[in-house]
Amino acid sequence: MTEKLVIIGNGMAPGRMLEHLLEQAPGRYQVTIFNAEPRVNYDRIMLSPVLSGEKAFEEIIIHGDGWYIANGITLYKGHKIVAIDRTAKTVTSDHGVTEPYDKLVIATGSVPFIIPVPGHDLPGVLTYRDLDDVQAMLLAAQSRAKAVVIGGGLLGLEAAAGLNAQGMDVTVLHVMPTLMERQLDPAAGYLLQRAVEERGIKVITKANTQAITGNGKVEQVELADGTVIPATLVIMAVGIRPNAALAKETGIAVNRGIVVDAGMRSNDPDIYAIGECAEVNGMVYGLVAPLYEMARVAASQLAGDEKAAFVHMDTPTKLKVTGIELFSLGDFAEGEDRQEIVLRDAAAGVYKRLVLKDDRIIGTVLYGETGDGAWFNDLKKKQTDISQMRDTLIFGQSYQGGAPLDPMAAVAALPDDAEICGCNGVCKGKITGAITARGLTSLDDVRAHTKASASCGSCTGLVEKLMVLTIGDKYNPAAVQPMCGCTALGHDEVRRLIMAKSLKTIPAVMQELEWTTSCGCAKCRPALNYYLVCDWPDDYADDYQSRFVNERVHANIQKDGTYSVVPRMWGGVTNAAELRAIADVVDKFEIPMVKVTGGQRIDMLGIRKEDLPAVWADLGQAGFVSGHAYAKGLRTVKTCVGSDWCRFGTQDSTGLGIRIEKFMWGSWTPAKVKMAVSGCPRNCAEATCKDVGVICVDSGYEIHFAGAAGLDIKGTEVLGLVKTEDEALEHIVALTQMYREQGRYLERIYKWAKRVGMEEIRRQIMDDGEKRKAYYERFVFSQKFAQVDPWSERVSGKDKHEFRPMASVGFAEAAE
Amino acid sequence: MTWIAIGSLSDIPRRGARCVDTPEGKIAVFRTADDQVYAIDDHCPHKGGPLSQGIVHGAAVTCPLHNWVISLETGKALGADEGRVRTIPVKVEGERLFLALEALASRAA
Repeated sequence: MTEKLVIIGNGMAPGRMLEHLLEQAPGRYQVTIFNAEPRVNYDRIMLSPVLSGEKAFEEIIIHGDGWYIANGITLYKGHKIVAIDRTAKTVTSDHGVTEPYDKLVIATGSVPFIIPVPGHDLPGVLTYRDLDDVQAMLLAAQSRAKAVVIGGGLLGLEAAAGLNAQGMDVTVLHVMPTLMERQLDPAAGYLLQRAVEERGIKVITKANTQAITGNGKVEQVELADGTVIPATLVIMAVGIRPNAALAKETGIAVNRGIVVDAGMRSNDPDIYAIGECAEVNGMVYGLVAPLYEMARVAASQLAGDEKAAFVHMDTPTKLKVTGIELFSLGDFAEGEDRQEIVLRDAAAGVYKRLVLKDDRIIGTVLYGETGDGAWFNDLKKKQTDISQMRDTLIFGQSYQGGAPLDPMAAVAALPDDAEICGCNGVCKGKITGAITARGLTSLDDVRAHTKASASCGSCTGLVEKLMVLTIGDKYNPAAVQPMCGCTALGHDEVRRLIMAKSLKTIPAVMQELEWTTSCGCAKCRPALNYYLVCDWPDDYADDYQSRFVNERVHANIQKDGTYSVVPRMWGGVTNAAELRAIADVVDKFEIPMVKVTGGQRIDMLGIRKEDLPAVWADLGQAGFVSGHAYAKGLRTVKTCVGSDWCRFGTQDSTGLGIRIEKFMWGSWTPAKVKMAVSGCPRNCAEATCKDVGVICVDSGYEIHFAGAAGLDIKGTEVLGLVKTEDEALEHIVALTQMYREQGRYLERIYKWAKRVGMEEIRRQIMDDGEKRKAYYERFVFSQKFAQVDPWSERVSGKDKHEFRPMASVGFAEAAE
Repeated sequence: MTWIAIGSLSDIPRRGARCVDTPEGKIAVFRTADDQVYAIDDHCPHKGGPLSQGIVHGAAVTCPLHNWVISLETGKALGADEGRVRTIPVKVEGERLFLALEALASRAA
């Protein structure tokens, strides 16, 4: 029988715990989460880049809504738990939801410490904990006015840098003589202060805040020495304390945090606590690595491994302010039995200090150059005797044993168990092992498989070096493949600049982006033409001379220069009149070959170019339009007969296929798009190897995408299940539009999806209704200009020069 | 030298081509972005693809069958490929275009 697991809180620790638990004991628990924040699990460490504008919130989501659905987890968003009944074993939320549990995990995190000075509750005083805080700060920053950050620790400085980047005039107040005094010694603190001030942020140390004053809202901050600082925004970032109030009311043992044993279990054996709210061996933690370790232990315990135990570890501190390199680890206070090694390079702004005890490293502070942090951390963790290399130790690993090595060699020399990613506790051997075993060639792959560099990202450089060491030339981090020889820019960059600079013609793109050729080449011109057609559907005049011949004459060129013609057969359905018309055309134009295609329609091959308009005229009389069998666009929607005929059919797959094809025909895409709709999981329409496929089931429509059955063979990924035909259409259209906007020219859906990530696509199309709607509407808008039958246009005389010789010259004439 | 009139410049789209039929096969007449006009056999030296159907860029055309790039000035394949297609002299007089007769005749001979 499944047990009920209830989790209070939905931060990074419980998120990670669930990942482990789903892996170790799938199906053992029915999981319910109550999140006081009204949203999914996101990477809280990355709030600072969101504040500074370097990242969007979407980029820091860890688990989108789809993840909870896919794993059968119930998530109550915006539900704060107000009561735990340990006798009845239930929890109750502030919205009145009561949920029974067999096991309960408390992960309520921490609350910011508020200095109880007068005025601390005025509007305009914020803390820095969650996305709401960041959004409030971003709103306040629009005023470009003055802000005061109280607290010169990690969070305070990141907040100050973010607000500064948003254009605010920022002053940091710090009560101690130097910044980040818990992580940095005074010398490094001084260097940090200088770097912060160089950015235009004012720093006042030994600042004792006495009051925040203002008329109905914040107007100024007053210090004990009488200084008055005007401000419309005050951020309190003086520290956090474990959020253990709920546990305490329930009678669970609480000291600073919820007291748990090494197995993360409180004094109630069915209640666990993890994250910032937990206190283990008298310690509470705030950095992510030990919190993830708690998550791992709790998951193992819940999965039945009673031996899993939390062991204390020192975690390096890094500041996430772009351009400031800072690393601190362990204990660096001075003492009788300790020695230190210091390196200062004032010109380069570098300061390094190692604190030694009994020839072992016990603490490290690096400022300005932190590349050796991982190595020092490793020496400290292993308690390596450094007496042999003492003279050169401070210069780093490259300088050990003879001539200085390049940074690559330093990484190569790291032992396999050296920690590379502190956030996720990933060692070198695990990364290189995954690269080799799974043939990984991109950073994103490594992130997906190992989680290394997937949280704060500060070890990205190390991971990249490992990739180069492991696979050599196959990984080239800096190289963006240029579109072609006419430019150094890659496809993505060109697409971005087309939008950013509102470039609406091919000459404008070539001029503004400094093309090196006068009119491009056969590679870039069709790509640019597509990007402009896609981005400016109403403004851009399609440049036919930049289209490949097939798209210019709307038929497929064959090896002998003749063409093949494929009319549309909606959903693969035809009738006697259509077949008769095709037969007549074949006779009339002596078409040498007629063939049924893989996309359920009829191909007529070997037609002379001059005959094309006449062939189309006859086909048009019978109601046929172009099948776009030549296009980087929507090709066919293959169907089976579905519930109309088939005894297994669950839905009207034929009808849906026709509906999709009629809605989407004429649209241009980065590469061809083939679709299919199967009426049941027997999948006779072979929907699971298409660019987009639908498998109808009793409960609705399972939407698939990113299949391939050409150069590569690949089964589709599931996008998600929807209930109605209307929803199926909306999701498919939105997915296609997302691909149209992001795909590189000639990049099929499966390659695009691999590049941007299946999860990201599911998140935008399945989980984010607003995004989906916006994509859908942009597609519908562009269809207004795209759904014109190219055949009837040409029958009416468009581009007639294409189909006629310019002149005929005979020898009789020539001889005259 | 005899020149045969084949039509006017405006018959050919910029960065495009038209064909002239002859008993010996088609001749492709190209007009570049800057209104230079070139004529070559409509027959790629690689596998005979119709060069008139290719994308025109600078004074070159990319064959629609296998992407060989042919110089319109010399008829030679550019880049790593080797091969050459015959070029036919063209004269532009005002708007009117002429192909060199001898070239045609010599081909017939």
